[in-house]
Amino acid sequence: MRRTPGSSSGRSATSVDRQVSDLHLVHLTKQFSDFVAVDDLSLVIPAGSFFALLGASGCGKTTTLRMVAGLEDPSAGRILIGDDDVTGLKAHQRPVNTVFQSYALFPHLDIFENVAFGLRRRGIKDVKPQVEAMLDLVELGPMARRKPNQLSGGQQQRVAVARALINEPDVLLLDEPLGALDLKLRRQMQIELKRIQTEVGTTFVHVTHDQEEAMTMADTVAVMNEGRIEQLGHPAEIYELPKTVFVANFLGQSNLIRGRRSGTDGENLLVMAHDLTFAVPQSRNSAVGDEVIIGVRPEKIIVKDEVDAGEVPSHHNTVRGVVTDVSYTGVSTQYLIRSPWGQELTVFEQNAIVGDRSAVGDPVILHWEPVHTFGLAG
Amino acid sequence: MAPVLPATSATKAPPTVQRRSRTGYFLLLPGMTWLAIFFAVPIVTLFTTSLQARVPGTSGQYVPALQFSNYVTAMSEYYPQFFRSLIYAGTATILALLIAFPLAYFIALKAGRWRALLLVLVIAPSFASFLLRTYAWRTILADEGPVTAFFNFLGVLPQDRILSTGLAVIAGLTYNFLPFMILPLYAALERMDPKVVEAASDLYANSWTTFWKVTWPLSLPGVVAGTLLTFIPAAGDYINAQLLGSTQDRMIGNAIQINFIEFRDYPTASALSFILMSAILVLVFLYIRRAGTEDLV
Repeated sequence: MRRTPGSSSGRSATSVDRQVSDLHLVHLTKQFSDFVAVDDLSLVIPAGSFFALLGASGCGKTTTLRMVAGLEDPSAGRILIGDDDVTGLKAHQRPVNTVFQSYALFPHLDIFENVAFGLRRRGIKDVKPQVEAMLDLVELGPMARRKPNQLSGGQQQRVAVARALINEPDVLLLDEPLGALDLKLRRQMQIELKRIQTEVGTTFVHVTHDQEEAMTMADTVAVMNEGRIEQLGHPAEIYELPKTVFVANFLGQSNLIRGRRSGTDGENLLVMAHDLTFAVPQSRNSAVGDEVIIGVRPEKIIVKDEVDAGEVPSHHNTVRGVVTDVSYTGVSTQYLIRSPWGQELTVFEQNAIVGDRSAVGDPVILHWEPVHTFGLAG
Repeated sequence: MAPVLPATSATKAPPTVQRRSRTGYFLLLPGMTWLAIFFAVPIVTLFTTSLQARVPGTSGQYVPALQFSNYVTAMSEYYPQFFRSLIYAGTATILALLIAFPLAYFIALKAGRWRALLLVLVIAPSFASFLLRTYAWRTILADEGPVTAFFNFLGVLPQDRILSTGLAVIAGLTYNFLPFMILPLYAALERMDPKVVEAASDLYANSWTTFWKVTWPLSLPGVVAGTLLTFIPAAGDYINAQLLGSTQDRMIGNAIQINFIEFRDYPTASALSFILMSAILVLVFLYIRRAGTEDLV
């Protein structure tokens, strides 16, 4: 069951117990004259989830969103909300609302009328209680009679959310909604949006190029690249175990070392690289062939002075090197360490150590747990 | 944000404000002088001329007087031309709006890389003289011409012709002042964020509703500017009525022209000019009040 636009709904703007439906994208493709923006994308976004489409600009994430909104026609494929095929419906016929990147508030209408716009189009006469409840939800009650250009960026952003959300869409689409805000406000709005989502229980599909934003807010993140989804899952799951080189580099930083499969050791795969042997748990290896790129996140690596080499647990993966750069960032210290084969490895160390830090030129030994290592196809 | 040092800002602010305001007046001086010489003095001259009295027994000789009856005489003789002017100019303005809006919309939002070329094409006819272009319309609307033949075929022409009727005058006015309607409309539409149209359709508005609730209100500044720029010069125009109309289609501009040049009746010509000017001022004032610029962006 879904609410059709045009039917008047008496539910309050914040009801949590409504019937909601999953969003299905089936072999969705968008071909522009000279390139494929979205390439055979199939995806199920469960009802009530906060889903982030993460990718660099031009990866097809916004095109995907616009196709769901009905602002762009797919070249092939279908879009379903629950059991209803909405592929052929126009934007104004879909139970979907969008928060635009530039907000696209109606400059000639005040905040109240901006928020009431969707309700009025659906022929609802008494919009006042709903609009007021929605303005309270986004904490803009006193601003009702202001014009959009009299509001700050953060307030306009909340109007855009309220204007979309008041229609109780099956899916709320957010197109880089925080892109225009400064860093501090962005953090604040991330928490705010997450709170609103939990409160209303609507499916949020959030498009962003900011990996931190995606990880903080979403319960499922899909990393997109060149019109396809590279990897999809819980933020921690993707971060801890990236399956492709693109994901390993796009979502946070990774140290990647190219090597060859050389054998196994119990549950670990052994990979030979630059005359060193690294252990990767078989379950954490996504390479099928002999070429394996092993990876480790910078914060998983421990830096030790060369003289303390004896303290390194024997089962750890180790690399010797020389410190080439130290930057103190407050919470942590970032080291660049030149390995014997010339590659620079990045290490983040929490500033909780006692005693001296390593300095530029120090010979050091890097080591980390094999369970923190991942293997990627080379 | 509360001032951190209120005392300092309070003591420093007044002299700065005073100095700045004096500079402002000083900078206004050239403009004010220009206005005084080329606007205020001529207006006063025009007004005093309109009240002059004829020297008995002469033609074209007048003495300063306060003969307000000039206005009554002028109006009682020329009220048909006066109201015809307002009707013709009003009709031409509405026609120009109907033609210009879709065109400006297309150029602003759909033309893409052709935009600059189309804008040049809008202005291009103005490179030829106004008079020449109006003469060209005599050929276009000629009795033997295809346009007249076409409408006669449809049987919609009350006088079986276009040239030398009010229709030709209105057509000429519409054509000549069309660019003044297109350009402000284009400016207003071009300034509009196309995303608001998408937002409207996302919020359940079909294209008709989107137009009336979003596009039209956002284009209002252009509509107001365009209609004024079309109506005001059209109401005072006499070339179109002279070249395209018959003696039955004369406008107030023709009356002013004939009184000034032919009859050398300067008071009547001045009085008519003054009446036209006041009428337009009142109409524009009412119109802007009605269109409510405060509601515009």
